Amino acid sequence: MSNETKPQDWSKPAAMAMPKGGYDKASAQQGRYGPIFPKSPACYGFSIMAKIIPGREEVFYGYAKTIEKTIAAQPDALAVLKLHYLRWVLFPIKGDTYFMYQGIFDTDFDKYTEDAIALFGATGLNTVFENLEGFPTDWKTNAPAFIKFVRDHQCPSFLEYGEYPYVSADEIKKALKLKAAFSNMLDQMQ
Amino acid sequence: MLELDDIQHILLTRAPAMTGRYEFLSFRDSAGARAWLSAIKDTVHSAAAMRATVDKDKRWVTVAFTWKGLRALGLDEASLSSFPEEFKQGMPARAEMLGDTGVNAPGHWVGGLTSPDLHAIAILFARDEPERLRCVDEHDKLVAACKGVKVLSVLDLNASPPFNYAHDHFGYRDRLSQPVIEGSGEEPTPGSGAPLKAGEFILGYPDEFGVTAVNPQPKMLARNGSYMAYRRLEEHVGKFREFLRQHGDTPEEQELIAAKLMGRWRSGAPLVLSPDKDDPALAADMQRNNDFNYGEMDPHGYAAPLGSHARRMNPRDTAANINRRRMIRRGATYGPALPDGAPDDGVERGIAAFVICGSLIRQFEFAQNVWANDRNFHELGNERDPIIGAQDGTLEYKIPKRPIRKKIVGLPAFTTLKGGAYFFLPGLKALGYLASLN
Repeated sequence: MSNETKPQDWSKPAAMAMPKGGYDKASAQQGRYGPIFPKSPACYGFSIMAKIIPGREEVFYGYAKTIEKTIAAQPDALAVLKLHYLRWVLFPIKGDTYFMYQGIFDTDFDKYTEDAIALFGATGLNTVFENLEGFPTDWKTNAPAFIKFVRDHQCPSFLEYGEYPYVSADEIKKALKLKAAFSNMLDQMQ
Repeated sequence: MLELDDIQHILLTRAPAMTGRYEFLSFRDSAGARAWLSAIKDTVHSAAAMRATVDKDKRWVTVAFTWKGLRALGLDEASLSSFPEEFKQGMPARAEMLGDTGVNAPGHWVGGLTSPDLHAIAILFARDEPERLRCVDEHDKLVAACKGVKVLSVLDLNASPPFNYAHDHFGYRDRLSQPVIEGSGEEPTPGSGAPLKAGEFILGYPDEFGVTAVNPQPKMLARNGSYMAYRRLEEHVGKFREFLRQHGDTPEEQELIAAKLMGRWRSGAPLVLSPDKDDPALAADMQRNNDFNYGEMDPHGYAAPLGSHARRMNPRDTAANINRRRMIRRGATYGPALPDGAPDDGVERGIAAFVICGSLIRQFEFAQNVWANDRNFHELGNERDPIIGAQDGTLEYKIPKRPIRKKIVGLPAFTTLKGGAYFFLPGLKALGYLASLN
């Protein structure tokens, strides 16, 4: 449940020094699967980092094409995740390849976790996560194991910034729709 | 194929009971606990037996256990560890996430339900008061004869008048929208969607993803069992009626406000199908009273507000994976009805209900945590469920309306949680297994 009580003034840029470890152990709000990482001026988010199984790099590039096609065919495929942005990164550390999955979204991951897992299966994310070391092979039927992997590999930010803080993607889309509607109205008045 | 002769009746059927009692029990001696279970299990109807004899029977019994209760019965540690974490922790430990805070917090609960000594519940539904009294007497004798079995507390149930349809103390018609389980022999009413796979509610069968639960162990326990979340919710009828008077000058306006909180008129007629005035004939017609959606028919909530109780508890086509979030509701009202026009008398009255599901964390806890208590559900910003959400007087409730919406600021809490618990509801053979542990 959301206890968000901060003033959410989108017009005033804001930065937040994040608690060490991602959340304050003494006062963290509890979600169904454990303490919730707090909302920041950059909304909710995660940065999941894990080592990939050696030799699997090409699978990740193939996966990128799959997601591109999936979203083109079904633009609302990821709607349940309440996303702003997702970034997928491969990078080397001492000769090994690591994967970073970074997301910015409007609801804590814990809330819709089972929906997310179902969605990942439907959109082919299984292909890429299954190429990470330590990923539970029974993730489709074992939501708690999936969540544990995500939590274990989450590297929380120590600082986050928002130029238009706390604004949800839905609010942004509403504002743009309103702007388009006003433009249309003004056109009709000519 | 559902094993209807092994599934406790409460999962699949609704007893035609006008009265009843919940007995919350503690086991201080495992042999005594098993003796109690050995005796009472023979009174528990299966779904098949219930259907065969419902017209002549007068009482229906359900038995379920907390995790600590299973240990008190003598279940071994390996089996105990195979239960899901949320069930092991129990409802009080999950309170913050469930929104059970402030006056709803476990520290304020009654009936000893936060006690580690809460081990079992015996649910008695009776057709009439004489039968209830007879059964209570029988159970008292059984408890007295079983060493170490103690009654922690009881809650007496009674239907609230008028008795021609089921409703709560606020007057809202109940039992309108229930999922139908595939293989149960029931047909969904129009608009209710297809029957759901049994595993969503009954352990041992494939769920909507085709997965059959392997836990708890041994396999006997995972067959035909389920989980129940119990909620004893006091309804503040005087405060509710006063709120309606504050926001409606006429009886018609007051009815509309009540309907806007629920998403249905108190008669049960859905606002989506009858947005401007009540329609009791529609309400009573099961072929029509669920035949609607939100996404196409009421996307902005002009009929049923986006935050209304019915819309939160069953968002229908506006939620992802809705078939993984459905729940079976059972229960009853308790306490005396408050007559129309009477001032609040301070007597506790409310609903004492069970949410039955295959996974507490995925179904009940999700509904409570997200659907009831997410302040930003459907981008509402500062709302929680107006009936069961954690209301502390600081939240609002928005009623979409052309040209300008109505916004109620400082919505009061119409309900208070007075107790709750998580129970495991074994199949009948599993009851026999538990009774024979040593």
